Amino acid sequence: MAEMLYQRDIYGQTLVELGRQNPDIVVLDADLSSSTRTALFGREFPERFFNFGVAEQNMMATACGLASCAKTVFVSTFAMFATGRAWDQVRNSIVYNKFNIKIVASHAGITVGPDGASHQALEDIALMRIIPSINIIVPCDGPQTRDAVITAANTAGPFYIRLGRPKVPTIENKGEFKLGKAQVLSEGKDVTIIACGIMVNEALAASGNLIKKGIKARIINLHTIRPLDNETILKAARETRGIVVCEEHTVIGGLASSIDEVVAENHPTKVVRLGIKNRFGQSGESAELLKEYNLTSLDIEKAALSIVS
Amino acid sequence: MTYTDTQIKELEQKAKQIRRLIIQMLAKAGSGHPGGSLSAADLITALYFKVLRHDPKNLNWPQRDRFHLSKGHCCPLWYAVLAESGYFSIDKLWTLRQLNSILQGHPDRRTPGVDVASGSLGQGLSVALGMSLAAKIDKKDYRVYVLLGDGEIQEGNIWEAAMAASHNKCDNLCALLDYNGFQIDGKVKDIMNLEPLVAKWQAFGWHSIEIDGHNMQEILSAYEEAKTIKDKPSIIIAHTIKGKGVSFMENVVDFHGRAPTKEEAEKALKELE
Repeated sequence: MAEMLYQRDIYGQTLVELGRQNPDIVVLDADLSSSTRTALFGREFPERFFNFGVAEQNMMATACGLASCAKTVFVSTFAMFATGRAWDQVRNSIVYNKFNIKIVASHAGITVGPDGASHQALEDIALMRIIPSINIIVPCDGPQTRDAVITAANTAGPFYIRLGRPKVPTIENKGEFKLGKAQVLSEGKDVTIIACGIMVNEALAASGNLIKKGIKARIINLHTIRPLDNETILKAARETRGIVVCEEHTVIGGLASSIDEVVAENHPTKVVRLGIKNRFGQSGESAELLKEYNLTSLDIEKAALSIVS
Repeated sequence: MTYTDTQIKELEQKAKQIRRLIIQMLAKAGSGHPGGSLSAADLITALYFKVLRHDPKNLNWPQRDRFHLSKGHCCPLWYAVLAESGYFSIDKLWTLRQLNSILQGHPDRRTPGVDVASGSLGQGLSVALGMSLAAKIDKKDYRVYVLLGDGEIQEGNIWEAAMAASHNKCDNLCALLDYNGFQIDGKVKDIMNLEPLVAKWQAFGWHSIEIDGHNMQEILSAYEEAKTIKDKPSIIIAHTIKGKGVSFMENVVDFHGRAPTKEEAEKALKELE
């Protein structure tokens, strides 16, 4: 059994590690520090941690002021509020100014579970991707969360890092993490499956089932949505018969759209999108919801078969 | 600190020069916001030429006092003051709002002396709060000033920031409110009344100073008073006249967001001689 970790635990621990190395790291939260785990940083560095209460817009614009004074600012809340409630502040105060601000949002996607639709951010990648230049990472597991956070801390400019609520299995042998460089987790020439976040694990499970049917799928962990690894995507478009894209997000504007755009412009091929399709979320357990919204390994397998058959 | 009559007179002359530049710049650009630039001209002239610790030749001086223009549409005023201070040459003012100019239609970091862009209202008090918190973290003694518009403080983000600034005891933060009473659609009191305003800021934990925003002595005294306040942020609520200094622009809502024509500019400049 793979190790199961909360991405948010790793985030909080990594922040503490970074805080010890760099006195210019400041962390902000909006009354969710126990959920996002920024409270770990707050306990060790109270003078560099600010909890702004339930006021996300103020938090984002305050990050801008801090960053203008040479601070590297990590800002956390749920994905819904980070990208939706405070979008104008993110666009105009953070990204337009090109400041060193790293938005690390937790509780993204349908797997938020029982809290239901109001708390399930299904549009956050799209909302960030339409803003020019902000780097976007969707780590697939705990260790990759650490890689993403350290990379963001050491790379100039604004970042959006998307984390989930539930524990996720650690995926072994991914290779080195490099911003903007997709990870090919298994080679295959029949069909390509591209996933991000928790869907990477589902894609690997689908791949196991496909092998039993004699189909070799290329599995790509596309952890960085911007800058996008066009090369790896186009190689897959050229070398396999089609691409299945899976994301725990609306199929509009996120990972699927990113793939569509690159493929349509450079090497048109069949793309089957698995994601949330013109619906809001709802209450339920994570596993139930993945099933309800056709985001399981079985759904991926079916989509792959539709391409190869 | 007291100022002599001569110093006050000089400052008034400087403000007149700033107003002339605003009119010339806007007439050349053909669009922009004269009303609120003119109403806040005395406040910002006094700030840059008598109060602010800054060095136009050392833009990133860590100890510099910070100024942020939250009501970004009044950037002609900021640009005029920056140019007069020596951040860039006066000639640049005539490129306002042109393609590739360092002087964008709303403040932008490509302008020397501008630390943070603005334009979308209601965010600047938070920006100033961030600058204030950075000073506290770094144990630096610089002060942070931010100019707010009266219509602007209808934004909820302002009050989130107001709460956070007093919660964090930001006594190095001084907000300036250009209370000229007008916004694009009409009188502030008709569109969305702000009163009782002093009581609101005090209830949010701020030290509030009410002044005539065109009286240099009162303006300078207010800046001095704010410096003495401990453990809470200060706001200078400056009662001003929209379009101040140009008779036919004063209290005329049309000049919130309309540049003067060539003829209007000539007339205005005569009044400002």
